[in-house]
Amino acid sequence: MTRIDRSHLPEVGPDPAFTFPEIVRHTLGNGLRVCTIEHRNVPVVTFSLQVDGGSGSDPEGFEGLAAVVADMADEGTGSLSPIDVSDALARIGADYDVDVGGDATDFSLTTLTRFASRGASLLASMVTRPSLLEREFTRIRQMRLDRLRQLKDVASAVAEQTFLRMLYGTHPYAHLAIGTDAGLRRLTPDDVASFHARAFQPSRATLIVCGAMGHDELLREAETGFGDWAPSLRGVAAQRAASDDERLEPAAKLVVVHREAAPQSELRIGQLSARRVAPEYPALVVMNAVLGGQFVSRVNLKLREEKGFTYGARTSFDWRRGISPYSLHASVHTASTAEAIADSLAEFAGVRGLRPPTQEEMTLAKASLTRGYPRGFETAQQVARSVSMLSLYGLPDTYFEEFVPKIHAVTSADVVDAAARYLDPARLTTLVVGDYSVIAEPLRTLNLGEPELRQAEF
Amino acid sequence: MMSSPTLDLPSTKRTLANGLDVIVHEDRHVPIVAVNVWYHVGSKNERPGRTGFAHLFEHLMFEGSQHYNAGYFPPLQQAGALLNGSTNADRTNYWEVVPTSALDRALWMESDRMGFLLPALTRERFETQRDVVLNERRQTYENRPYGMAMMALSAALYPPDHPYSWMTIGSAEDIRAMQLEDVQEFFRTFYHPSNASLVLAGDVDTARAFDLAEAYFGEIPPGVRPQPLSNGARLSTETRLVLEDRVELPRIYLAWHSPAMFAADDAEMDLLGDLLANGKTSRLYNTLVYELRIALDVSAYQSSREIGSFFLLVATAAPGRTLTEIAARIDEELSRAADEGPSADEMDRAIAQAEAHFMYRLQTVGGFGGKSDQLNAYNVLRGTPDFFSADLERYRAATRGSLQAAARKHLSLDRRVVLSVIPRGQHALAIEGSTAVSVS
Repeated sequence: MTRIDRSHLPEVGPDPAFTFPEIVRHTLGNGLRVCTIEHRNVPVVTFSLQVDGGSGSDPEGFEGLAAVVADMADEGTGSLSPIDVSDALARIGADYDVDVGGDATDFSLTTLTRFASRGASLLASMVTRPSLLEREFTRIRQMRLDRLRQLKDVASAVAEQTFLRMLYGTHPYAHLAIGTDAGLRRLTPDDVASFHARAFQPSRATLIVCGAMGHDELLREAETGFGDWAPSLRGVAAQRAASDDERLEPAAKLVVVHREAAPQSELRIGQLSARRVAPEYPALVVMNAVLGGQFVSRVNLKLREEKGFTYGARTSFDWRRGISPYSLHASVHTASTAEAIADSLAEFAGVRGLRPPTQEEMTLAKASLTRGYPRGFETAQQVARSVSMLSLYGLPDTYFEEFVPKIHAVTSADVVDAAARYLDPARLTTLVVGDYSVIAEPLRTLNLGEPELRQAEF
Repeated sequence: MMSSPTLDLPSTKRTLANGLDVIVHEDRHVPIVAVNVWYHVGSKNERPGRTGFAHLFEHLMFEGSQHYNAGYFPPLQQAGALLNGSTNADRTNYWEVVPTSALDRALWMESDRMGFLLPALTRERFETQRDVVLNERRQTYENRPYGMAMMALSAALYPPDHPYSWMTIGSAEDIRAMQLEDVQEFFRTFYHPSNASLVLAGDVDTARAFDLAEAYFGEIPPGVRPQPLSNGARLSTETRLVLEDRVELPRIYLAWHSPAMFAADDAEMDLLGDLLANGKTSRLYNTLVYELRIALDVSAYQSSREIGSFFLLVATAAPGRTLTEIAARIDEELSRAADEGPSADEMDRAIAQAEAHFMYRLQTVGGFGGKSDQLNAYNVLRGTPDFFSADLERYRAATRGSLQAAARKHLSLDRRVVLSVIPRGQHALAIEGSTAVSVS
């Protein structure tokens, strides 16, 4: 065996060909859109039902409604009690999950292929015909109120809720899916039944079935489970998430939520930035990879690897159909709070043009985004979730195969242009959840004005 | 006819002349390969006063090695890799998931830090990562509700010189006191091929994988395999403790010593965790959370470890409810499990879930808990990667009687640690007779 040459790194070979499995689209008689995808890794099948309407559809003053409705799915259906539902899920070894987003609610059930029919019927029954019993509603609402109370002690949760409110003001996206104490207390069983009847309609939903079966069989399972889902007569829910939101301005530049004797400060720095369907999306993805999307991005290298201020700092988009936040998040040592903010703001300014991405950074960002792309489609759940995203944002079925070439086409100038357009220093706002008595003085040196002290609001 | 799907994780193993175990598993579904390295060293190999070492060391493994003397991440992220590492009491693992085209690069990098780390380890890098780890400790433990509970429990379950009496993150004081020289010594003792195991899983030909492993790792000199540790800890009474924290609601933790990973009754304890607290059908969830609503949540699990496990039961009081009434119900259910065991129905359900979860474990080649990680766990802790089916068999072989016997033997009401975590200044909310503890 020849010895390895350690004088230089081995080159990476040509990228393996990547093809996304075929998505076959169907529409059932009741109007339900169905996508089937064959995925023969292990004998497992995932059913993923996306219903239009999420926390952004919570009526004003009723924050938390969509999430309670979603939660009621496994609290009884037909003759099954909540305990029976739990038992039925366990007997097919099901992995059941609900995700309430800003614009849609995704129900997902994964089971072994030999239990596919039982899984489809069970999920359909749970989501389309929940019992919505008052007793269970009261329990679920109380659990969520108690959970909110606990979140007040979790610095990162306080930061998430407060930052959304700073960015969105009174817009329907301005709260976490769990909602608010006042909103939850106002809910009644009628609100839940009415929301369910309006939002949960076959014509407003998409079912993705992905697993180790043929398209015909996958479609048959969809029919078996969801074929008799009847449209409701109560009309469709109005989507509150407004479209005219480009001009939303943050009310404050620098906000502090005081946390007595906090050893670290939880930071959020960001703004409302772009929509998921923005034509500059590929440039924005590259911009994020350069600025803060991964370990080797500028902010982590600065705040963690150079300064040792934090265990990790990242930036990300929190995508929605409407205008979406772009923000930096980090938990930094209390003593380093002001310097960490100054360093972060300098990085935001840098990527807008003071320090355009170097050729090396562009190569690294694009390579990590494209070469690693295939591993995101290893499991049936991953593939199903990806296809759900297409329906959420109305993206074409060719999206996954076009992603890599589109990223490759992005130039450093494209990144600077996109950053200049979507990262506006005038709209950038900073939130610190930390010990005000220690950090207030240093924060005043940042030229962001007097820190505005706010209470955590849930 | 409905055939039961094959539940197996086949692999081939060879040991290089320097003692490195190499294990290969082929899976050609996606053009990616998982590289996974376990070093058989964790926080249990540390000494009192030197805690947090193994984990800090893990950080240093990402800071560069002799022939690539810069950060570990850029050349691999540029190759499209996802990568990470982690440390627990028993082992330290490192992994990359790379496109098939970047396998050589990943092996070059992994082998360079196994064989040639120290020449690149500067005082400056060491000191920065020491700060990063102190921040990790603040973020993950000190600044998180109930974040210090496990430290108090570990200290109460084991005598101070026992290797499981401290947590992997270590004490802040010990971390601050660490010196570069200590770190160098640690590397020489534990980071060598004879104390490591390498898995390649995914889109790779077995013969080629062994050739590559030999080429990249074969030249690294062997070391002396450290002596295995043994466990001498026992609880002889019930210890009641109380810890104040920045929390709204009191929480109770009950902890017992339990059989080591893969030892007799280990699977039974795992199943008992499900029986007691997994889902609405489980006994404690049903009683405490669903019916009586005196608790907001309850969980129970067997934390399996190499030289002795612990079984942990945790419940948070609902507003206005007491830990005392919760503890009374828990003890009732523990007694019922020890007296009657599960019903036939409960047993069927638990086994069905276990079988499905073994199947789900076969879905990914890399990352934490992926197939490559599982093969290394079996190899390092069982001496063979060929243990997936036997592992599942442990669950299939469990019976109502074996669960009942395990509950009776290991979940005694008078040999355990009971920890109340309460809001600051509200000592009346703790279980009666608790002694105040503080951890920092």
